[in-house]
Amino acid sequence: MYSEAVMDHFRNPRNMGVIENADGVGEVGNPTCGDMMRITIKVKEDRLDDVKFQTLGCGAAVATSSMVTEMAIGKTLEEAEDISNKSVAESLGGLPPQKMHCSNLAADGLHEAIKDYRARHSGEPATT
Amino acid sequence: MENIIYMDHAATTPVDPEVLEAMEPWLREQFGNPTTLYSLGLVAHGAMEQARTSIAERLGAKPEEIHFTSGGTESDNWAVKGIADALQNKGKHLITSTIEHHAILEPMEFLEKRGYEVTRVPVDSTGLVDPEEVRGAIRPDTILISIMHANNEVGTIEPISEIGAIAREAGVTFHTDAVQTVGKIAMDVEALNVDALSLSGHKLYGPKGIGALYIRNRVRVTPLMHGGAQERRRRAGTHNVPGIIGLAKALELATDRMAEESVRERGLRDRLWAGLQERIPDIALNGHPTLRLDNTLNFRVEGIEGEAMILCLDMNLIGVSSGSACTTGSLEPSHVLLAMGIPAEYAHGSLRLTLGHSNSDLDIDYFLDTFPGVVSRLRDMSPVYNKPVA
Repeated sequence: MYSEAVMDHFRNPRNMGVIENADGVGEVGNPTCGDMMRITIKVKEDRLDDVKFQTLGCGAAVATSSMVTEMAIGKTLEEAEDISNKSVAESLGGLPPQKMHCSNLAADGLHEAIKDYRARHSGEPATT
Repeated sequence: MENIIYMDHAATTPVDPEVLEAMEPWLREQFGNPTTLYSLGLVAHGAMEQARTSIAERLGAKPEEIHFTSGGTESDNWAVKGIADALQNKGKHLITSTIEHHAILEPMEFLEKRGYEVTRVPVDSTGLVDPEEVRGAIRPDTILISIMHANNEVGTIEPISEIGAIAREAGVTFHTDAVQTVGKIAMDVEALNVDALSLSGHKLYGPKGIGALYIRNRVRVTPLMHGGAQERRRRAGTHNVPGIIGLAKALELATDRMAEESVRERGLRDRLWAGLQERIPDIALNGHPTLRLDNTLNFRVEGIEGEAMILCLDMNLIGVSSGSACTTGSLEPSHVLLAMGIPAEYAHGSLRLTLGHSNSDLDIDYFLDTFPGVVSRLRDMSPVYNKPVA
């Protein structure tokens, strides 16, 4: 059912865990749906210095959250905001059609974390 | 292909070597169509009728009451649609339960859209149907009650004899989906008080693509399959002779081994559950503690999701099933678990293990050695599970 890339991320998830004193936290999904992610980020000079994930969900959910952290680390906040559900799924070599909704959570989770960071820092001068 | 430790026997079973041996001639030189008039056909016909009698005996039925179908799903569809159609002048009210297999629920829904009314009797937290609830649902226009003998997901065994007695008293035709019980529990259609009963070959170490519907004499059923005159003009289609021979052999073997095998599987299953409870915190049984199939263990694991558990177990060469939405193919988790009042988040984190012939003490040991690690890994990854892992 799943591509090699998805299984690789499921077997060896990247950046699994929680950042202590995170600069932004994004939570999406809920246990009632069987799909939930928490993404924590560390921001340094407008770039994502570190991103970690925790996920409750199926193989696709775990793989997409792992992949999104890999895609996001090192990017600027703007670049990270451009990461889409589609690009996450594509980076994994595609997902079965009934699993596409899982990929939605990963990108959304990242965006929520960035939104949270921005909300905490609203009113501060933008860094160059 | 590597051998996996297979613990999903409720989904399907391998064909027993003796069954395959019994089937072989009917796939090779004895390929005759049983309705033809020359020797090749007559021989096939004879074997088929012998098989029919053998199956009937083991169900306490008469041979002519056994009708061969393509499997459990066809038998269920035929029972529901066929009886509803035949009796529609008496009424159009049907009764079933909330935990039936989709092969009963879907035909019921289909009929609902065509002017029938369906009452779905609820179950309690262990998955039991209360016969009094069925009694209470019966109306003057009720024409069919269909309640499964044992549930395929949690294994809860329903009080079929009692419900059947109530149906009989009210003059309502009573069908049971016995797909998960034939070959596991000794049965007699008289003792069960049923008018119709479905069974499936591939659930009892027989081949796929064959099943049967028991229909008590004098019970009216409209055919589903029109065409030739097979099965007393009730179910058209050239007989699947190899399948029929296989089904009869499988039921014969299952019946012979039943007492011993049920004790053996129960022992393994109970040791497994005791062992899991010792090793893993925050897990709970889904199903009835005692009125349950001997091979079935359905339990929920707090804080993690079913498909992820299946994948991890598969990586360790263990095959099991789950009630999570990802495995039902919809966004909803198992309708059975939800009907039992289990919250969705627990239903998503449920696993079903159904043991069988191939499982041994070594398998149980291996599972007990492997699964705690799977749970720890996934609980570490979980955003909702906070308690320290044992």
